[in-house]
Amino acid sequence: MQNMLTIISNALCRITGRNAGARVVVSRSFADFTPQATFDIKKCDVHRLEEGPPLKAELTREQGLEYYRIMQTVRRMELKADQLYKQKIIRGFCHLYDGQEACAAGIEAAITPNDHLITAYRAHGYTFTRGVPVKEILAELTGRKGGVAKGKGGSMHMYAPHFYGGNGIVGAQAPLGAGIALACQYQGNNQVCVTLYGDGAANQGQLFESFNMAALWKLPCIFICENNKYGMGTSVERASACTDYYKRGDFIPGIRVDGMDVLCVREATKFAADHCRSGKGPIVMELQTYRYHGHSMSDPGVSYRTREEIQEVRSKSDPITLLKDRMLSNNMASAEEFKEMDVAIRKEVEEAAQFATSDPEPPLEELCNHIFSNSPPLEVRGIHPWSTLKSVS
Amino acid sequence: MAASLRCFLRSGKNAVSALGRREFHRSSPAAVQMTVRDALNQAMDEELERDERVFLLGEEVAQYDGAYKVSRGLWKKYGDKRIIDTPITEMGFAGIAVGAAMAGLRPICEFMTFNFSMQAIDQVINSAAKTYYMSAGLQPVPIVFRGPNGASAGVAAQHSQCFAAWYGHCPGLKVVSPWNSEDAKGLLKSAIRDDNPVVFLENELMYGVPFEMSEESQSKDFTIPIGKAKIERQGSHVTLVSHSRYVSHCLDAAVVLSKEGIECEVVNLRTIRPLDVETIEASVMKTNHLVTVEGGWPQFGVGAEICARVMEGPAFNYLDSPVTRVTGVDIPMPYAKILEDNSLPQIKDIILSVKKTLNV
Repeated sequence: MQNMLTIISNALCRITGRNAGARVVVSRSFADFTPQATFDIKKCDVHRLEEGPPLKAELTREQGLEYYRIMQTVRRMELKADQLYKQKIIRGFCHLYDGQEACAAGIEAAITPNDHLITAYRAHGYTFTRGVPVKEILAELTGRKGGVAKGKGGSMHMYAPHFYGGNGIVGAQAPLGAGIALACQYQGNNQVCVTLYGDGAANQGQLFESFNMAALWKLPCIFICENNKYGMGTSVERASACTDYYKRGDFIPGIRVDGMDVLCVREATKFAADHCRSGKGPIVMELQTYRYHGHSMSDPGVSYRTREEIQEVRSKSDPITLLKDRMLSNNMASAEEFKEMDVAIRKEVEEAAQFATSDPEPPLEELCNHIFSNSPPLEVRGIHPWSTLKSVS
Repeated sequence: MAASLRCFLRSGKNAVSALGRREFHRSSPAAVQMTVRDALNQAMDEELERDERVFLLGEEVAQYDGAYKVSRGLWKKYGDKRIIDTPITEMGFAGIAVGAAMAGLRPICEFMTFNFSMQAIDQVINSAAKTYYMSAGLQPVPIVFRGPNGASAGVAAQHSQCFAAWYGHCPGLKVVSPWNSEDAKGLLKSAIRDDNPVVFLENELMYGVPFEMSEESQSKDFTIPIGKAKIERQGSHVTLVSHSRYVSHCLDAAVVLSKEGIECEVVNLRTIRPLDVETIEASVMKTNHLVTVEGGWPQFGVGAEICARVMEGPAFNYLDSPVTRVTGVDIPMPYAKILEDNSLPQIKDIILSVKKTLNV
């Protein structure tokens, strides 16, 4: 049993690069659990494709626990952010991702850390899956120097290697993502760029400009529309003449995916990545998903949709519950295991919040730094002619 | 003939004597004539050769050899991968260029004119200029946006705007405005090698103008630092500060004024942002009078900024009269030639302004 514990612990560490294995502490013998199972997943509607992603997905116990850990961490992190915002410790914009966790977790499971990803402003989940620790995310939200962008970016401007934010202007990330894909093609590194946008951004002209160039030049770009049914307070029916977002790429093949099922998202993303890597050009994916919170913390989220609707999704389609139930009913893990993980995750998030509230704000000396990269220091005009401010790279 | 005469006057005594005697071997051994267009072309060619990551994209830059032929021959030499024709979708291809820069390449994004950059201005400002700061240094954006800026000839209101003030307003951008061929070559090479977003404002009317290129400027490693102005002509009575095409006008005005005993010091800004205030101040402290000359509109313009900066600094106490701004007329650019000619600073306007400033 000790051997099994080590193997699983090591496997989890390898998958995530983090010491996740330490959290898996169980009382039952591992020989009791099913190590791997195959699940039926929903068939994806396709556009301009002969065939779509597979109808079955394999899940190992390790993978399942890892996806659960990721989704639950994002969930608790977002709920903690909600709490901190209401306490006025987080200010400004805060767009929460709870409900959509399967999208971020499923996509990350299908690509490698060397692939690239860019999204819009509902970015905390992706910031985590792309490798930024919870405490650096929360500290960025609270505007402290320990934040991933040293407190200078805030909710919508977090970055990591091969993760390009976090973008505040709706739709602007679409051409950026196509450009990152162009760089992949140019450098011949077989990497792809996942370029995310919402149902609101799906009508942006620059998105269609990006589709056109990506298709023309066969850029390895996976355009993914996270359709959570509402662009701020406007439902998709009121915003789009055509709500089949997976078809909006027109000449670009598309897949419509159940975004609440992490396995569905993973299989579709794998399919899409293979498509791009084989030189066939871009592909569009629509993930049908849902956000529990309003558009942002200043939107209660119930003026344009009913509480019943939100409750229905929570009870019938919650991504974390879906995965957990699958694993439990196939004897891939125990309820205690999940409970222990929950406890560990709550602790991690609580400690991160502690850090985020106690870490000092960035020093005023930092105010003008990072204007230019690799440039000699320069003087910066302050509020009045007598202030002497300097900027270093 | 008049144009080449003017340009010889600019390039100094050597060239003038050469013109007189048509004995070019008497001027400096490696003196070479080059148009601004060819200088820009050479700069891009050298940088494309030097660094694999540099590439050019824009409308008609490849197979058409460039709408103004600035990229002539580059597609033939470097091919589809490095010289990319784009559809007419500025917001899209500017964003693609910025994304490519974020992912490790060094794009040169050409706007056919900067008027069209307005369609893409969000990508220039919000995606390029601000990102290094927002990411606290995690994400640099090494990109050059270049193309013709300001008035051309007879292209009317939508195609004649000067964007120096708009882009010069934004932190996170470097904004460069070359005048002659050496400026064009040296500054473009610096811009391409710079790890930051650089807005490179060319001038269509200057593309065909030849200038002498110093021996130094013929080297493949010749660069001009961004952020330093140049004194094109020494003088003691008044400082003329200008950028791009109007430097020529200032030098021409200076010749005329010199005959009347007024010696103008002509400062070629070369860079709009960061502005080289020190050079302007040092000159004003010497001449006690300042006239700014630009093609853009007066309100919130380059001249307005220079006025404010001079007032805030040590040079204010040396001014014997308020600063004078010579600018384009505050109207959309008209089409008819007589109207267009009277919408932009002419040499006579600079002469009048200098005399008014000196109260002579």
